[in-house]
Amino acid sequence: MTIKLQFGIVKIAIASGKGGTGKTTLATNLAVYLSGDRNIILADLDVEEPNSGLFIRAEKIYQETRYKMIPGWVENACTFCGICQDVCNFNAILNLGTQILIYPELCHSCYACSELCPTEALPMQKQRMGVLTHYKNGKIDFVESRLDIGQEQAVPLIDQTLKYIDTLPDNDSIVILDSPPGTSCPVIEATKDADKVILVTEPTPFGLHDLRLAVETMKILNKDFVVVLNRYGIGNKGVEEYCEENDIRIIATISDSRQVAELYSSGELVYDKVTAFRDSLDRIKNYILEN
Amino acid sequence: MKEIVVISGKGGTGKTSLAASLAFLSGEEAIIADCDVDAADMHLLLSPDFGHREDFCSGQLAVIDSEICTLCGLCMEKCRFDAIETNGSGYFVKTIDCEGCGYCARICPVEAISMKDQLAGEFYISTTRINNTLVHAKLAPGAENSGKLVAKVKKEARRMAEKENKKYVIADGSPGIGCPVISSLSGADFVVIVTEPSVSGIHDMKRVYELVRKFDIKTSCIINKHDLNPEITGQIMDYIESESIVYLCNIPYSSAFTDAITRGLTVLENGHPDMAKLVKKAWEKIKQNIND
Repeated sequence: MTIKLQFGIVKIAIASGKGGTGKTTLATNLAVYLSGDRNIILADLDVEEPNSGLFIRAEKIYQETRYKMIPGWVENACTFCGICQDVCNFNAILNLGTQILIYPELCHSCYACSELCPTEALPMQKQRMGVLTHYKNGKIDFVESRLDIGQEQAVPLIDQTLKYIDTLPDNDSIVILDSPPGTSCPVIEATKDADKVILVTEPTPFGLHDLRLAVETMKILNKDFVVVLNRYGIGNKGVEEYCEENDIRIIATISDSRQVAELYSSGELVYDKVTAFRDSLDRIKNYILEN
Repeated sequence: MKEIVVISGKGGTGKTSLAASLAFLSGEEAIIADCDVDAADMHLLLSPDFGHREDFCSGQLAVIDSEICTLCGLCMEKCRFDAIETNGSGYFVKTIDCEGCGYCARICPVEAISMKDQLAGEFYISTTRINNTLVHAKLAPGAENSGKLVAKVKKEARRMAEKENKKYVIADGSPGIGCPVISSLSGADFVVIVTEPSVSGIHDMKRVYELVRKFDIKTSCIINKHDLNPEITGQIMDYIESESIVYLCNIPYSSAFTDAITRGLTVLENGHPDMAKLVKKAWEKIKQNIND
């Protein structure tokens, strides 16, 4: 079971349908800016391509390897009855009659094969999936999880990262979750426990199309969500019209700027160098702190 | 027939714009596959007709029949995904959390739980405005199994390419390194990595290239927005040289791409001859190298 957060903590997920719209820029700048007067927990949940750490200067205080559980085959206990293959809904087990093949990448760690095996021939065992690292700098706790290359499933690592950060906050913490792009299971996992979701998009047909998908996903999750419109000034008015028609709040726009793109490219934070960007952060801060 | 997959690691580097441009240049020599099924955007540039449409069913969801349920609680106890909850007078499946493993349905002593097939998206075969075939799909919001849908898109694209004697399949991949990307790479002959000179761009490109190396697929690279950070462009150039990645071209930071997207066109059709020349050069190099 997830440990429930105490009253007073705000958990914000920064998400988007389309990649490269500015999620990480927003999450990292917001984290450092807000850490002026609040404790911040920033978690990079884009475990396939974690980038927040390129922008946060902090000291490593803890690191551990993370595992998922998969069945291991005990040959001399096995009677080749085939129950394991029958009960696996993910085709992760193949009974060859002389051997049991296990496909770890297909396994969802449901334990059915292991617990329903009549001869206990499939005990669950650990399989490495990535590394979690906890960094600290002043009022910022930054937690990054990194999926091993070749691992297919991001969800179990995201889930473990969320459980890890649930143990960290004290009463006035703001938790910022830098989420993966898209609308499929990793995004669900990253946003499902958030109090508020900020969808970052850009004013182009790609931005609009992927925003619609993200909005549908947030509606399924029944989330309180708003939009931040990044690279404002390019493209067209489609996103603004869509948001107005659907009563979706655009809480801030961030103007398209080559200066911001250059600062980002070098791994620098933007809010302390570009006034207009900081003004946008202030509007986002007001949203985060409103009830 | 050769299969070309365009990926990036990081999102928003220009993958789809460039894949659509390659699709435009290949004309009737290629079948196009949009493998970024959870944010498929290629159709916005190629205006497909959605000529063939079918449901994509994948995965299952547990359903508890409250008439039969005896409130024993075994399902909740055994579920590893915290997907079953109770209010004391009944048990309920949290559909968002249910992974469809079916364990609860198997062990329920009174068979009160059944597994229901899930509609996970839609699958399309279209003719585009430039008269080539686009195989594409739309994953239902929040659905699982994006890897399986990618595999279906690729399989159909390959089948059509073989049947119609096409030279290429051009596939637009998704960001990241997880299951949909792995699914896009399986069976591919040539990879195009589209990156940008930012700390994130190079970081993500290296991670996705490590993945490609496991598949042992010949790889090439386009550096988009190269003048945004000349220092990191230099680092990327050094990296691709040291890894024997085929260098395709550098594309300058420009509004040409967003202008084209806004008009629903590829960058080749949008009155930017310099940009068009670069992309054409990249396509020629891809064709040379894929057959080496």
